[in-house]
Amino acid sequence: MTGAATDRLIIDPRAVEEAAKLLYIRALKLLPDDIKRGFARLDAGETDGTAKTVLATMIENIAVAERNDNLLCQDTGIPIYNVTIGRDVEVDGAALKAAIRRGVERATREHPLRSSVVHPITRKNEQTSCGAQVPVINIDFSDRKRELRLEMIPKGSGSENGSFLKMAIPAEGVDAIKAFVVDRVIEAGGKVCPPTIVGVGVGGTSDLCVHLAKVAATRALGTHCADPAGAKLEAELSQAVNALGIGPQGLGGDSTAFAVHVEIAATHITMNPVAVNIQCHSARRASATFTPGGVEIGT
Amino acid sequence: MSVHHDLTPPITEAEARDLRAGDTVTLHGRLFGIRDATLIHMFDKDRRTRLDLKGHAVIHTAPNVKKVPGSNENPAGYAAVCVGTTTSARMERFTRPLMTREGVRIIIGKGGMGPGTLAAFKELGGAYLAIIGGAAALETTWIKAIEDVDLDDLNPESLWQFRVEGFGPLLVAMDSHGNSLYDTVNKTAQDRRAAALAAIGVKA
Repeated sequence: MTGAATDRLIIDPRAVEEAAKLLYIRALKLLPDDIKRGFARLDAGETDGTAKTVLATMIENIAVAERNDNLLCQDTGIPIYNVTIGRDVEVDGAALKAAIRRGVERATREHPLRSSVVHPITRKNEQTSCGAQVPVINIDFSDRKRELRLEMIPKGSGSENGSFLKMAIPAEGVDAIKAFVVDRVIEAGGKVCPPTIVGVGVGGTSDLCVHLAKVAATRALGTHCADPAGAKLEAELSQAVNALGIGPQGLGGDSTAFAVHVEIAATHITMNPVAVNIQCHSARRASATFTPGGVEIGT
Repeated sequence: MSVHHDLTPPITEAEARDLRAGDTVTLHGRLFGIRDATLIHMFDKDRRTRLDLKGHAVIHTAPNVKKVPGSNENPAGYAAVCVGTTTSARMERFTRPLMTREGVRIIIGKGGMGPGTLAAFKELGGAYLAIIGGAAALETTWIKAIEDVDLDDLNPESLWQFRVEGFGPLLVAMDSHGNSLYDTVNKTAQDRRAAALAAIGVKA
């Protein structure tokens, strides 16, 4: 387990491996409460008959998954782990990454789960949900004392294929950002399994912009962009995409997106990049928080 | 006026043409599972299957399965863990060969398919049934057994033969009369685009 020196949190890779395994399976089975509340909100406001039926099936599925201890969706996704390391934490980074990988392999073999991961050129499936650079592991730092947070996101491919980048130019302004998001939501239609969370990255470099879109798409419902201009853009774009009539599964209706989420980064004087990354309605995630008191599992 | 159909494939061309966009369908009996690699190997690499798809329904899927000893209950040596659907649009160019070479009549999936599929349905007699993507826990309860499997070197993208009971209701979203609910929704979205953008301050 996690050891605590007098002034430091010491991370045991074996505990990370167990958590990585548990989180992958838990995320696939149990939808976070904020997403469940999102469904209730959409269902209450939906005016289209077909859309009401589709939403009811999705809501029933959440209950069936819990009752039967089964996966919500067949797509086990590409496993993504977001590691946030606080202050006064002692961790062997290489061992941590290896532990996460072992956890993914074990979840795949022991549950068992469909391995959805292949070599990008040979298309060979190692049946481990792992491969070059996968699981994706993002490492960041926080100022929280003696705490390490491990967040797991199984990112489904239907919505991940709804990923887009445009290196717009300053003369095109914020209008280009808005039009790009609306046009990509129309283009994606039902393919990305709406109702969705539309993640939008604005600014940065091209790679950072795409990464921000993913951060935005996988953020809990009810959270807002920390930047006021970004938060305003979220509200405007949420209104716009839900006026299109695409609806759940692209079969028509009011409930196209739970929300549009925006994340921003400063950019270059010559640049105006915008990226879209979409999260399907099976907006799965799970987390483990390591502290001197133990490991807490949640969303 | 939408109609509900209970179908036990194989079905005839006339039965396929009887399905109209907006109708609902519940399937019984046999259902085949296919997806990207299955179709690429069948048609681009000309691999043939010993399974008979004539008049049958296929679902765009790659299931979560568990290896088990072969038995009456699990004749293929696999038990279904979680079976749902995937985005159909990627499989667009395979609809016509699935129908002409293998005799498939019904395609089940999510998100809809394109003009090539709609044309093939019109010419040959077929339909696309929408199942709810991401509702696999529920849909798995409609699967009674994995009866057979072929091209299993592609696992999980093998050619699966499921036995199903009360598989549905599914929505006829594309029919053999040129109707696609996805095209209707897309046209609505295109029509509303300018007003939606103007409402948030975008100049035309």
